[in-house]
Amino acid sequence: MKKFMSIAMTSAMVMSLFAGCGNTAANGTADTTETATGTDTAAESTDASEETAASGGVFKIGGIGPTTGGAAVYGMAVQNAAQLAVDEINAAGGINGYQIEFKFEDDENDPEKSVNAYNTLKDWDMQMLMGTVTSGCCVAVVEKTSSDNMFQLTPSGSSVEAIQYDNAFRVCFSDPNQGMASAKYIGENGIGTKVAVIYDSSDIYSSGIYQKFVAEAANQPFEIVSAEAFTADSKTDFSVQLQKAKDSGADLVFLPIYYTEASLILSQAATMNYAPIFFGCDGLDGILDVENFDTSLAEGVMLLTPFAADAQDELTQKFVTSYKEKFGDTPNQFAADAYDAIYAIKAAAEKAGVTPDMDVSAICEAMKSSMTQITLDGLTGVGMTWDASGEPNKEPKAVKIENGAYIAM
Amino acid sequence: MNKMSKKFPGKMNKISKNNFITYLLVLVLYIVIQVLLATGNVSSLMEGLLVPLCIYVMLAVSLNLTVGILGELSLGHAGFMCVGAFSGAFFSKCINGAMPDALRFIIALLIGALMAGIFGILIGIPVLRLKGDYLAIVTLAFGEIIKNLVNVMYIGRDGNGFHFSMKDFLSLNMEADGEVIVNGAQGITGTPHDANFTIGVVLIFLSLVIVLNLIHSRAGRAIMSIRDNRIAAESIGINITKYKLMAFSISAAIAGVAGVLYAHNLSTLTALPKNFGYNMSIMILVFVVLGGIGNIRGSIISAIVLTLLPELLRGLSDYRMLIYAIVLIVMMLFNWSPKANEWKEQVKEKYFSRRVSKGKGVK
Repeated sequence: MKKFMSIAMTSAMVMSLFAGCGNTAANGTADTTETATGTDTAAESTDASEETAASGGVFKIGGIGPTTGGAAVYGMAVQNAAQLAVDEINAAGGINGYQIEFKFEDDENDPEKSVNAYNTLKDWDMQMLMGTVTSGCCVAVVEKTSSDNMFQLTPSGSSVEAIQYDNAFRVCFSDPNQGMASAKYIGENGIGTKVAVIYDSSDIYSSGIYQKFVAEAANQPFEIVSAEAFTADSKTDFSVQLQKAKDSGADLVFLPIYYTEASLILSQAATMNYAPIFFGCDGLDGILDVENFDTSLAEGVMLLTPFAADAQDELTQKFVTSYKEKFGDTPNQFAADAYDAIYAIKAAAEKAGVTPDMDVSAICEAMKSSMTQITLDGLTGVGMTWDASGEPNKEPKAVKIENGAYIAM
Repeated sequence: MNKMSKKFPGKMNKISKNNFITYLLVLVLYIVIQVLLATGNVSSLMEGLLVPLCIYVMLAVSLNLTVGILGELSLGHAGFMCVGAFSGAFFSKCINGAMPDALRFIIALLIGALMAGIFGILIGIPVLRLKGDYLAIVTLAFGEIIKNLVNVMYIGRDGNGFHFSMKDFLSLNMEADGEVIVNGAQGITGTPHDANFTIGVVLIFLSLVIVLNLIHSRAGRAIMSIRDNRIAAESIGINITKYKLMAFSISAAIAGVAGVLYAHNLSTLTALPKNFGYNMSIMILVFVVLGGIGNIRGSIISAIVLTLLPELLRGLSDYRMLIYAIVLIVMMLFNWSPKANEWKEQVKEKYFSRRVSKGKGVK
């Protein structure tokens, strides 16, 4: 019995661990040679930084996010894009003449592991934190950075509590902001009159948007006719939710969810001959890249997003080309947020004139005030500014999918 | 040592000696770490891991009571931890500020233990009628139910008292000054940070005292007799249901205390598949199996080793979890495969043959 159990348990563990690795592998092995080039450049930059180390040290910026497990896609995107930005800055002479060293730690999208990752980075003498990627972890880590008085800028931690202390800022919109903006956009532009919502009640991002959307909907000229939830355990079949939306006569379906589930919803709606307008938030960005997904189904889908990979401006073009070249992958919105985060740190550090020999707390104090004074033209918005609460001020852009591409509205 | 030898003049009996080593192990580890902390030799990572280590040790010890002593395979242990965590955090969040922190935390721990214990009894009554695989699957289902229930629970408080909903935040119908305490999937945020290493070790000691004394008491022998031969135990008049429930609910209550500690260590508490799902239950079971079923000291050691391992392997970045899995397989084989045991015996005889023969002589 004992022997049987030990074998069964070990194999169960191993299977689950491999399942976890699977995602990363799919992402990472996409181009092993590319990754190798990535490390090469990283090695070069450390070489370069060692040279300058003699003349006065380097900035140590840490990053935290899931690079294994279910949310690995987001963590990898942030890691890659941040490394890209750091390499660019180092090549151009660094911050205030000092090179940057960037180190990224895995947190498996688990708040407990995230705190461990933060402590690991602290042992590495991190001076500023660019993270964490997911909201739940960010809430746990911000508690620690606040008590250590370390400057923190999260690229994509969107829940309200993620930046509740004054040392923390974020690049993305907060969840309530997205919900409110979506409701206003739908109401003011008269896109729909009867709205159905399908959301993930087990996900902080999705339920956060949903709550604010429903609250704001009361002030808008449309009516919510059905609100159906699903959870992380049941996200493959949406026919029940779609049938309810159809029966209630909804002409617009609001999807505050991530693109993987949304692509399933779109395919299943098509087989049901149900064709309302689909409206989503930034989580829907990336839907055109889903494998085996008929992109013609996504025609006419509208989404509010700060970033579209095929926007025509020069900055986006340059970012997308070098990201593709290096990592063999089209960057998503998380990557764009991380890229902007590194440049925001650069701008604020230059404004405040911080140097690597200052201690963590002094850097934080200086960055806190300079962060509210900078204006950044980034990938996710033009003329972004921050206020002391840590929220960014930028306009959400609505885009519509036409002929397999995002078209600004 | 002095106290013990006074109590047992001459030779200590085997059981108390064995227990004594277990207590001593925890005490020595605690003192070593405290010394290292005082001299500033502990990295931030290790410092941050101390409380989680205490939590996992308690979980492993408590599950060993169900799996090792009661002999029933439970896959829902994380569910009890979840109950404890949420009830404790809920209490702390409601009371925060209204009474002294230390008192509040102690009451939170008691509430967590009580709630998890009650759930243990409630689940135990129907579940313990089953045996073996069936019981394992029902406890697995229970753990998932708890996790999903917590994810759809909304509790808020305003001037009129508490509001409860299973639908969403808005159907709480709170007034403007209302505060949401449990916010569905977003869980409880802003739990006060009360847990520290000393409290964790004190709680480990308490659970060890409870578990070890239970095992070596009359009740404990009754429980083990049920494990070894249910029919024989019944025939000599042992109340099977009573003793089974006793072991199961005590095990659940200790898991609940571990949950309260967990909730007061991180400022965010959400019921994710990762922390309260079956992955966690299996993780705890792996601690127990690796440490030896029914071996409390082994559970403590394996919980510590397996919690530290993935963090110590961080240097390997992408291959971390792969190496972790391989190390786990190797350890499992080394500890429990019959061939490895034979080999260990041989090595022992070769190098310690004198001591072994001496030991035999004493016998």
